Amino acid sequence: MAGTEPVYIAGAFEHPTREAPDKSTMQLHAEVAKGALEDATLEKGDVDGYFTAGVPEYDSGLPPLIMADYLGLEPSYADTTDFGGSSYVSHVGHAASAIRDGRCDVALVTLAGRPRSRGQATGSGVRGLRTVQDSFERIYGATNVTMYGMAARRHMHEHGTTSEQLAEIRAAASHHAQYNEQAMYQEPVTVEGVVESRVVADPLHLLDCCVISDGGGALVVVSEDVRSDLGRECVELLGFGESIGHHDAGRIDLAKTAADRSGSRAFDEAGLGPDDVDYASIYDSFTITVLEAIEDLGFCEKGEGGSFVEGGTLRAPDGDLPFNTDGGGLCSNHPANRGGMTKVIEAVRQLRRETNPEVQVDADVALAHGTGGSIGTRHGAATVVLGREDR
Amino acid sequence: MSWDPRPVPDVTPETERYWTAAAQGELLVRECQECGFVYHYPRSLCPDCFSEDVEWRESSGRGEVYSYSTARTMSGWPEDDLPLVLAYVELEEGPRLMTNVDADPSAVEIGTRVAVEFRDVDDSEIAVPVFVPEDG
Ligand SMILES: [Zn+2]
Repeated sequence: MAGTEPVYIAGAFEHPTREAPDKSTMQLHAEVAKGALEDATLEKGDVDGYFTAGVPEYDSGLPPLIMADYLGLEPSYADTTDFGGSSYVSHVGHAASAIRDGRCDVALVTLAGRPRSRGQATGSGVRGLRTVQDSFERIYGATNVTMYGMAARRHMHEHGTTSEQLAEIRAAASHHAQYNEQAMYQEPVTVEGVVESRVVADPLHLLDCCVISDGGGALVVVSEDVRSDLGRECVELLGFGESIGHHDAGRIDLAKTAADRSGSRAFDEAGLGPDDVDYASIYDSFTITVLEAIEDLGFCEKGEGGSFVEGGTLRAPDGDLPFNTDGGGLCSNHPANRGGMTKVIEAVRQLRRETNPEVQVDADVALAHGTGGSIGTRHGAATVVLGREDR
Repeated sequence: MSWDPRPVPDVTPETERYWTAAAQGELLVRECQECGFVYHYPRSLCPDCFSEDVEWRESSGRGEVYSYSTARTMSGWPEDDLPLVLAYVELEEGPRLMTNVDADPSAVEIGTRVAVEFRDVDDSEIAVPVFVPEDG
């Protein structure tokens, strides 16, 4: 069987900025690339694989070309798979495949964007029609927040989930964010505070939605040969899976996501299951995004996510499933409206014992899951299972 | 009131019949003659079996609300069209299609029975399907 050579994440870097009016998005890409390579104790000249996704700001710009040009890279392998926010979780898996195929040894993954400086409000943008689907969706004023609102409504209808249960997710994230000096919102909020915040698209409140932030992040994925020469503690990629969920020509199921397929593939490859996960980074564009993923990844039965998140389950360090200990996209950072990158970065920090001490979990196995696009229409799902070198 | 200045659909060879039928008061779905799948949005090849033997079929235009959410504010959207109820309606023929329910949000729930209506567009050749509650 091909593709069993160990692959590692050697470098991870989250840009400290949350608002960057005076920098270009490409400059942010370069800054995070530099940060992740320094973290990996590698040089720019070591990079032979490059991974990034399309960025709306540079829609017509042929991302692999403009970015390799700007960054001064000549990769032997490039991948610009774009699933939206989950892309960067997928890129880790794709990089592992390329490394195992011998196409590259040091894969750089970068993300950056400036939606805050460009003046975007929470989930409310009605953009122009671009795709075939837009003529059947966007003409009706479909926005990200109303589409996720429909998903939340349907989940409530089928499973009895409540607004208070969704609010538990934000409350837990804010509990973690109070220890993160870089978080956009460091003030803890209560369940009551969430459900009393303004309704943006019922049943979702303002505090059910993620932040809008400028910034970025980068990862360096390396082969066993490269890792063995580094003095640096690395994190092993134990398993990866991805999938796409969509409208299915009229059979869309708003109460579930493709995380069941991406998750089971990642767990199978790792030879592990949900019970083995000590820490989870779960994509949190909205609270409902977390709730559905928790169920679909198998942390609880389908439909029981609401009761699962009650009682502090998600709170570090003592909850049964500590999640998003940086405060996540809900409270800390959602650079470029794409949260998959920061999900992987916080999982790496947890495994390397580099996160804030108040929320440090003694994790040997961590999971990071991304949900890109919209569960209201079509979305990418990508899951990685990561482990400490000495587990 | 015309649909414009709301976004007007891009009419393509593959979807033209759907939009022009709407201007005649008909809601069309696609039906695969090979496998029997009834689907939306219109595509020339069946998304289940890739058969090119697909026919247009007139929908009853009736169904029920599968889910919905209400936008109270939305940048770039006509003020007098708010609040806006975005919904998936499950047609009697099966497919769930995204649409607006043109009603007071308090009159809309999951399961509410709805029927299609058509809204004029500046281009008189086409119209946009929306739904309204059947008993109101
Ligand atoms: Zn067919």
